[in-house]
Amino acid sequence: MSAGTAKLNVTVAEVKPVNDLVTRFKFVRTGGGDLPTFSGGAHTVVEMQDGDITRLNAYSLMSNPADRGAYTISVRRDDQGRGGSRFMHGRVKEGMEMVISNPVNLFSLDLRAKKHLMLAGGIGITPFMAQMHQLAMMGGHFELHYAVRTASLGTYAKELSERYPGKVHIYHDDQNEAIDLKTLLANQPLGTHVYVCGPKGMINWVHSTAGEMGWPREAVHSEEFLAPASGKPFEVKCAVSNKIVQVGEHQSLLEALEAAGIDAPYLCRGGACGQCETNVIGYDGKFLHYDHWLTDEQKAGGKHIMPCVSRFEGKTLVLDR
Amino acid sequence: MTIQFNDETFHGDFTFKNSEWAIKRFPFPFHEDSYMYSVNMEPHKSYRPGSVFERTFDVDEHYVSEMRDRARVLANDPLRCQSLPHMTLAGWDLVELIMEAKAAEYPDLFELHKEGNRWRWVNKPLGIDDTFTFLDESTLPYGPMEYITRQTQGDFAVLDQRDDNLWMDAGMVTTQADWSLDFDIGMNFFEWHAPVPKAHEMGIFVRALKFLLNIQQGQPARRLNWTMTVNPLLDTSPENYHKWGVMKQGLTMENIGEKQHLRVELQTFFRLPRSNALVFPIRCYLISFNDLVTVPKWARRLHRVIRDLPEELAAYKGFIDNRPLMVEWLSQFDDGSPTSDGIWPDDN
Repeated sequence: MSAGTAKLNVTVAEVKPVNDLVTRFKFVRTGGGDLPTFSGGAHTVVEMQDGDITRLNAYSLMSNPADRGAYTISVRRDDQGRGGSRFMHGRVKEGMEMVISNPVNLFSLDLRAKKHLMLAGGIGITPFMAQMHQLAMMGGHFELHYAVRTASLGTYAKELSERYPGKVHIYHDDQNEAIDLKTLLANQPLGTHVYVCGPKGMINWVHSTAGEMGWPREAVHSEEFLAPASGKPFEVKCAVSNKIVQVGEHQSLLEALEAAGIDAPYLCRGGACGQCETNVIGYDGKFLHYDHWLTDEQKAGGKHIMPCVSRFEGKTLVLDR
Repeated sequence: MTIQFNDETFHGDFTFKNSEWAIKRFPFPFHEDSYMYSVNMEPHKSYRPGSVFERTFDVDEHYVSEMRDRARVLANDPLRCQSLPHMTLAGWDLVELIMEAKAAEYPDLFELHKEGNRWRWVNKPLGIDDTFTFLDESTLPYGPMEYITRQTQGDFAVLDQRDDNLWMDAGMVTTQADWSLDFDIGMNFFEWHAPVPKAHEMGIFVRALKFLLNIQQGQPARRLNWTMTVNPLLDTSPENYHKWGVMKQGLTMENIGEKQHLRVELQTFFRLPRSNALVFPIRCYLISFNDLVTVPKWARRLHRVIRDLPEELAAYKGFIDNRPLMVEWLSQFDDGSPTSDGIWPDDN
């Protein structure tokens, strides 16, 4: 399979600041026509042409999945990040033509669930917005618990409370409000599935609390895209393509492979999907595994690396690419 | 209409036949003179005009008769079509996928007219003209998956994706090579493949599952699989083994060319957009040995493949007892000359 997913040519139809940190972008198909239907929880990978660099970031689709006229994403600006969100905030304007991927869903609803309990933290709200559209249309049973820093940073909190009265619960950090997770989980009907999207700490907290309370592993779902970590530059030998590739301080290994013209598959670029898993042929040094995909045993084994987020420190690294 | 539809049967008097057109475009599954399992997936893209790979869903001269045979099988055994409650949305995905593809690719045979969620579907070969509300089951005579797959050749396995596995939670299965939806429903990928010999130890299923889990919208895939069937039976289900198993007896050098059929499955794999489910349409093509050997390359190659096939595969595919006779009959058509690479007949 070649790298990436099938592409869509789109035009930016709207750029709308939502609050101090978040801006919303709406894409329509360039030249008109419908976009593919998607399912709640899906993301798209947005290609950003930033000078010589092509940045590729995954963003959850937040619009109504049944609306094929436009896709909507919300991007939280990360001033400490590597530049993708700053590019979206600073450089993307209405009328601009861009390339995005077909929708990919790594966080889909379990349609067997009797009830869908959604726990969002911050910008983690976006996949739930599409899922709630979908469930509302199907008459599904759902409830959202959404933790925000302050009311003014509560992205879409007011809008969601109005759209789904009685189903949306907002918690403000600055007012010391917190989700009472144990009570919440203890009071769910049998057949409930829990979904969490937010900071790593929140995801770990939900998994461990649910696990301790005896929830089945399959009934707890989460999604977190990691930003590729920066680190010391390193050098990689690619055995198949017979190329030596330099990975820069703020560049991911996957990006370096792509820049060298090496075919490297990906779906999420955030350490979650497993698509870019690459065999290590030889190494002398230390892996910095940051992904969610490999098991601890595989990480210790030195035979696999996820080039989208993980790095290497040492003398030599030879990959099966 | 551009296709002349055959009036034929796949049971009883077995009047099934392939025209010269159908023989020439038959999906012969062997690209070299030997066979071993492989994942052998490729993108399901339009390929080679006139071939069965040209359209998203191939429609051929057997369409009307195959749909009649499906209705007959379902009347005798409604459990051939099942859908667990959480799979209804995937059924609507399938309605949309098939109707949009057929209307776009066979405009002389099928039409789809949409006004919002109010859809009109015209299927000229089967004489159907229905108007219904998309996503409202009460407006169709059957559930959405059953409705559209009663009008589409091939079996359909509709799979839920969860816990990094695939679950056979819905399907329409009336033309199967000796497996049963009623038995497999609710099983995961490893469970329903458990009977296949050799493939587990080769690690094929782990690799295949990983590939399938990553099938994306807009990027369908396909592969060919094959087996052998005596008489042109579409329905070789375990439920009816007592009826067709006995047909495997009594083959002779005189009747094998007419009775023995190579059975090829064109399996395609699509990600469904609303449900995030996967659908595997499995289209069955049959060709008699007599028709197959009209293509000299196929005749020579089939002889070599069947002769050299490992015992356990011939046993699993259910023709080990007839193999010596098949090899003897096919050997008449093998002069030992080399065959060209690939599955297509040599151009004359």
